[in-house]
Amino acid sequence: MKLVIRNGRVVDPKNKIDKKADILIENEKIVKMGESSKFRPGDVTRSTITIDATGKVVTPGLIDMHTHLREPGREDEETIASGTRAAAQGGFTSICCMPNTQPVIDSVSGVKFILTTASQEGVVNVYPVGSITKGREGKELAEIGKMRIAGIVGISDDGRPVMNAQIMRRALEYAKMFNLPVISHCEDLNLSMGGVMNEGFTSTVLGLKGIPRQAEEIMVARDIALAELTDGKLHLAHVTTRGSVELIRQAKKKRIKITCETAPHYISLSEEDVRGYDTNTKINPPLRTKDDIEALCEGLADGTIDCIASDHAPHLDVEKNLEYNIAPFGIIGLETMLPLVLTNLVSKKILDLNQAIAKLTVNPANILGLDKGSLSIGSDADLTIIDLNVKKKIDNEFTSQSNNSPFIGMELKGFPVATIVGGKVVMEDGKIV
Amino acid sequence: MRLKNKDLLGLEYLDKEEIDLILETAKPFKELFTRSVKKVPPLRGKTVVLLFYEPSTRTRISFELAAKRLSADVLNISASNSSVAKGESLIDTAKTLEAMKADFVVIRHSMAGAPQILARTISASIVNAGDGTHEHPTQGLLDMFTIWEKKGKLSGLKVAIVGDILHSRVARSNIWGLNKMGAKVYAVGPATLIPPRIEQMGVKVYYDLDEIIDELDVINILRIQIERQKENLFPSLREYNEIFGITDERLKRAKKDLLVMHPGPMNRGIEISSSVAEGPRSVITEQVTNGIAVRMAVLYLLAGGDKRGMKRQ
Repeated sequence: MKLVIRNGRVVDPKNKIDKKADILIENEKIVKMGESSKFRPGDVTRSTITIDATGKVVTPGLIDMHTHLREPGREDEETIASGTRAAAQGGFTSICCMPNTQPVIDSVSGVKFILTTASQEGVVNVYPVGSITKGREGKELAEIGKMRIAGIVGISDDGRPVMNAQIMRRALEYAKMFNLPVISHCEDLNLSMGGVMNEGFTSTVLGLKGIPRQAEEIMVARDIALAELTDGKLHLAHVTTRGSVELIRQAKKKRIKITCETAPHYISLSEEDVRGYDTNTKINPPLRTKDDIEALCEGLADGTIDCIASDHAPHLDVEKNLEYNIAPFGIIGLETMLPLVLTNLVSKKILDLNQAIAKLTVNPANILGLDKGSLSIGSDADLTIIDLNVKKKIDNEFTSQSNNSPFIGMELKGFPVATIVGGKVVMEDGKIV
Repeated sequence: MRLKNKDLLGLEYLDKEEIDLILETAKPFKELFTRSVKKVPPLRGKTVVLLFYEPSTRTRISFELAAKRLSADVLNISASNSSVAKGESLIDTAKTLEAMKADFVVIRHSMAGAPQILARTISASIVNAGDGTHEHPTQGLLDMFTIWEKKGKLSGLKVAIVGDILHSRVARSNIWGLNKMGAKVYAVGPATLIPPRIEQMGVKVYYDLDEIIDELDVINILRIQIERQKENLFPSLREYNEIFGITDERLKRAKKDLLVMHPGPMNRGIEISSSVAEGPRSVITEQVTNGIAVRMAVLYLLAGGDKRGMKRQ
């Protein structure tokens, strides 16, 4: 089967391409790119499917390296089937799923379950992340090597830090053999204990227990020190504070092997949004301050922050519709991530389109060691088509099974209009095909 | 003049004129208590639900008396916190009360923001009777009423709030209210019990009461909870008492007409000595009486009453 995407503005940061071109896809691969007048006769025939991308942007399929698909264990909140559809809806062709399911993905059988279910029921590529420690308990290393052979692309106890520095050291050393990134959730649990929002003036006024920024920064500093000690491959998840950005910037100057991500909500909302006690503002790490948003933007612009990931964390209404203190942390993000990046970073000229797309394609692919994230000839035909001009108000109809989003009612500009995975159109005009 | 909102969720959300209105409306209600018949009819036919998720005697009884003296029908619902976790959600309880056509829901809850959840879910007037460490607006109002009655004004007065400011909803409501009324507020307590960035609320922080004791017009002493010691917020109650306890000795340098207040219940011999609590400067029992009058004023005004109407009665 052949597919041609005509007349789009092709943005491929890995190959430094930003030009108008047609892309020819055959047998799940990208086979040609250029002016179609230069295509050979027979390249495009009557049976070739044509997608007109005039006025649209064509990018490598977007990659979200941080999601929670909730399967196995909480299929009421999300499944691999529904979560991958939400990803396609959001323009993502590849996603990583975190291992904090029930049971935890800490063994080969868990990894195989994810991969099998994804291949049977999923509509985008799913790359499992295995846990660092058995049961995410922070005590004993999980079978990292066996999980690597089964197909994990990283290890993380996400949702929890590895509090014991010795175990974190061992994880970084051991995972280095497999070139696996250790994805760290930076939170000193003693400092953050009982906290539900950022510590500061707003938490004082609202009477909610605060989580000081130092709970994150202390662990960022510790993990950087351990990365230096071990020469391991460290990736810091959901970075949120000015202090963290500065620590990472300095570490990178010292050429310590370290990468990091932030999430769209950390540059779109602040602790001020917690006023009113809307539990869809309860996220861990918490929403910070306007000053932190500024620092994150600087970090994104100068490359300190490598990529943007959603931390998609579905929860049911009945779980979220509670008093702020007892509602669970987390919000969904797959379907709002690209519009938020385009509205709050690209439209505001904090990142240009190429930089933004790099943080959603080639950069996460490099961190994870995936042969994805580019439109190179011969690569997998994963593509996203984006309309930069379409404006929409986010409503509470999500493809995800959950709708715990703080962005409902917000008008955003720039949405994906088609998602193509392995040469197959899986989302077109907001509908899963 | 009337109150602007259907709910009283906190003093942060009231303006000076509204606070004035409540205090002035409370005055004739207090005079009522000297009569042999203490009941007036403005809330006849209205239902006031007292929804208490946290044990409370004095606030609940104060609201109950206030509602009954306004001729309202009063319904008491108490739920232990454990039943919240495993039983009906707050929102479902709210919807039930809505279906029963409650006119007022007075809510006490261990978690900040619970009254806000009610207020946006149902049409009844919500009165916050204390939510977690957020606000306790009627306590703030009765404290201000007590000061205003004794001093004839609030503006320009120097008021110290002493103790566990971090966990105190009473402190927060007092700070918002007193600031709006032009008083100068000091927060005094152990550094571990002063919430972050409290200065931004418009207070000055002191760790040593003796530095300002001679300037103060009012000292409002907060209850210290023994559980806080287990969280390592201070080493021992006897050390707390020595450094922050209010005793006759400490008050020697204070103004003669200093008002000593405490929202209760007191830990005598810890944050306040018995002789100070019983002494001539103490207005602690009057606070209790004033609480009923202020709560009557709040319910009356939220029901749509105005000042003129009350004077006519």
